[in-house]
Amino acid sequence: MSQANLRAGDTVLRLDNITKRFGALVANSGVTLDLKRGEVVALLGENGAGKTTLMNILFGHYQADEGRVEVFGQTLPPGNPRAALAAGVGMVHQHFTLADNLSVLDNITLGTESLWSRGKGRAVARARIAALSSEFGLAVDPDARVGSLSVGERQRIEILKALCREARILILDEPTAVLTPQETDALFDTLRKAIALGLSIIFISHKLHEVMAIADRCVVLRHGKVVGQVDTHATDRAALAALMVGSAVALPKAETRPAGPVLMRISKVSTRAKGTATGLSDLSLDLCAGQIVGLAGVSGNGQAALADLISGLLRPDQGRIEIDGAEPAAWSPRQAVNHQIARIPEDRHKTGTISDFNLTENAVLEAYSRPPFSRHGWMNWPAAQAFAKDVIAKYDVRCQGVLQRIRLLSGGNMQKLILGRVLEPGPKIILANQPVRGLDVGAIAYVQSRLIAARDAGAAVLLISEDLDEIQSLSDVIHVISEGRLSPGFARGSKTAAELGLWMAGQGFRAGDHAA
Amino acid sequence: MRLEPIPNPSLARRLGLPAAALVATVVVASLLALLAGANPLAVLGQIVTGAVGSKFALLETLNRATPLIFTGLAVAVAFKAKLWNIGAEAQLYAGAIVAVLLGTGAVPSPFVLPVTAVFAMLAGALVLLGPALLKTRLGVDEVVTTLLFNFIMLLFVSYLLEGPMKDPMGMGWPKSEALLKEARLPRIAEGLRLHWGFVLAMIAAVVVYVIERRTSFGFEMRAVGSNFGAARFAGVPVNRVLIQTALLSGGLAALAGWSEVAGLKGHLSQDLSPGFGYTGIIVAMLALLNPLAVIGTAIFVAGIFVGSDAMSRAAGVPTYIADMLLASALLFMVLAILLTKMRVVRG
Repeated sequence: MSQANLRAGDTVLRLDNITKRFGALVANSGVTLDLKRGEVVALLGENGAGKTTLMNILFGHYQADEGRVEVFGQTLPPGNPRAALAAGVGMVHQHFTLADNLSVLDNITLGTESLWSRGKGRAVARARIAALSSEFGLAVDPDARVGSLSVGERQRIEILKALCREARILILDEPTAVLTPQETDALFDTLRKAIALGLSIIFISHKLHEVMAIADRCVVLRHGKVVGQVDTHATDRAALAALMVGSAVALPKAETRPAGPVLMRISKVSTRAKGTATGLSDLSLDLCAGQIVGLAGVSGNGQAALADLISGLLRPDQGRIEIDGAEPAAWSPRQAVNHQIARIPEDRHKTGTISDFNLTENAVLEAYSRPPFSRHGWMNWPAAQAFAKDVIAKYDVRCQGVLQRIRLLSGGNMQKLILGRVLEPGPKIILANQPVRGLDVGAIAYVQSRLIAARDAGAAVLLISEDLDEIQSLSDVIHVISEGRLSPGFARGSKTAAELGLWMAGQGFRAGDHAA
Repeated sequence: MRLEPIPNPSLARRLGLPAAALVATVVVASLLALLAGANPLAVLGQIVTGAVGSKFALLETLNRATPLIFTGLAVAVAFKAKLWNIGAEAQLYAGAIVAVLLGTGAVPSPFVLPVTAVFAMLAGALVLLGPALLKTRLGVDEVVTTLLFNFIMLLFVSYLLEGPMKDPMGMGWPKSEALLKEARLPRIAEGLRLHWGFVLAMIAAVVVYVIERRTSFGFEMRAVGSNFGAARFAGVPVNRVLIQTALLSGGLAALAGWSEVAGLKGHLSQDLSPGFGYTGIIVAMLALLNPLAVIGTAIFVAGIFVGSDAMSRAAGVPTYIADMLLASALLFMVLAILLTKMRVVRG
């Protein structure tokens, strides 16, 4: 199926007006994207912007509600990964799909050979792998066991796998997330060779300096829509960052107020990276009464680690945390609750609520072990229901009653219940991690006004968001997090979005900044 | 083809599908009977008569249900917290060993029954404590450890019965001394074969139900099982809850062994349990892990076993039909339950 007679500049792939909905959520809305022969297009966007959905539609894992996918001029049958493979589309997933206990050769041929042709097919495959390895600069030992290889080597195998299947279009989903800078350079060399040989590449990332280094063109997605398409040489990182995180939603503005005493102090805390999640690196942060601290940054730069630290899920490897001037003797989620920290988790479906539990049970999930909800180990369900009713009324949770299972609630109502659960006890410190992600405009305004009200009542608020507009309109002080490091605090209005964008891209940090 | 959740399943769906599963089970049983060269209707009729057709049959079924209620509860409790205890068989034997050790003269008579019961529960709890600690501390899969403990325990019982616990008056048979009369569970009424273990099992089911629904430990247990991550985030001490659940589960399974020895057999032998620990998994799954429903499903499963024995003698069809009946009943029921919550869509 290789289309060798195409010339450079011819369109090899066209996504035409793709729309995909999941229930009420529109993951992709009228997305159109062209890919030309010998071109690298970077697909940029925050978590939840719709990048992965779009690529899953292209590869046939999902079926689009509207629009079509055209490869080499032919429309692909929707929802058929085999057709995408046969048409020459190869995908390298962020999480590799390799069998650790098999050899490199076996992994590459797996699924391509029929059961009874093992003998001669292997010699051919071996020769082919050797040829492709040298052509693309992908050095691998075909007989090595995959389990013994490094992450970079495994990625090479994934790419070889795609090339062996005659892929002419490569989709790389966050390929550099797990690579060292040296491995990244080697990957880029390979990609340049591939382009020279007439392949085309879609490169998904949110590391801006890499995008600038390898891509010819950037397509920026936000809330499922294409919000910008720019040639890489005609733009810069700050402009891209602004495109990625900017937002036109009108938000409640908070007036700056003088800060009170420090309620929580994080000093020189470092934590190890967990898997692909960035750890914290010598991070210090003060949360003061009556102040909203906004944490800006491209996702995956240590926000999760900081949120886990404050939530009680993570303990510092180095450094310490202090609450009201004293280091807590033990640190766990329950300790955090006992220290009057209200925690609004990033994922309200998976971490914030138990979907099969009813509203009452979810409302007392944090406080169930204390009076009035339980005494001497016996639950007091009438008291729990009374509390749930109170929260439903005060926080305007639209539901059928306290015994309704929470999975049937909309995201906004779920979030309001969580808000009520954590704010009703009158917390001193509030951790709001992406509190409005995925909510409609009305719910966004409601949640934000509640946070402002809690601040005015004297709480110290840490707001983590990928939406720069939200950060700028709510925060008294803004910090930027990049690769686990924290920028100095900037007072409200002292930095423009473009300047913050530079910090988000890693510039501005002290020497040792390895952003290109 | 893929599955899609149904937000509010209709009543027809929730009642019709389990009924259909029952019908499918009967069809499979009929085919098996045909295969064995017997009249399917006669075979099914004889199973039902053999299980509940006479006072004797019914009491026999309830007797057989007693250990199944205990092991069913043990599994239901553990599975509720997503602690996969496959080792009820081992915990059952731990309870049986203690019943014999303390019931043959070691404890003064007025207290012997409660004392053996409590120590049997402790022994069963200890057997599951190891795998639970390995799981919470080191992340060792409890399916493997609890399953393997069954074999260790069976071999240990075999050693005991050939060695230190062998009855010197037993004519060389590998069985223990008989329990003292005071250590035996009395029969519910003179002349009936049913013993008080059945009543205790029903009480245990109610107690477990109350623990799950009314206590904060029950709330924690359900939270850990429904969403481990959310429970941990909310401050539920997840590891402690898993350990406590393991202790409760092991203790319940041990009562099965205790009541078989003290209520029915009067001594320990290697064939004390024909797989009650494993059958407990079927009982708990059929009951959807609801402790009160375990009573019903245990009686249903016991009835199939007892009825099949009677049928086998009358119709000459092997008793293996009982195992296949239960297996197909479980498979159809699990499928029916899945399909009440999900529907199959194309593409």
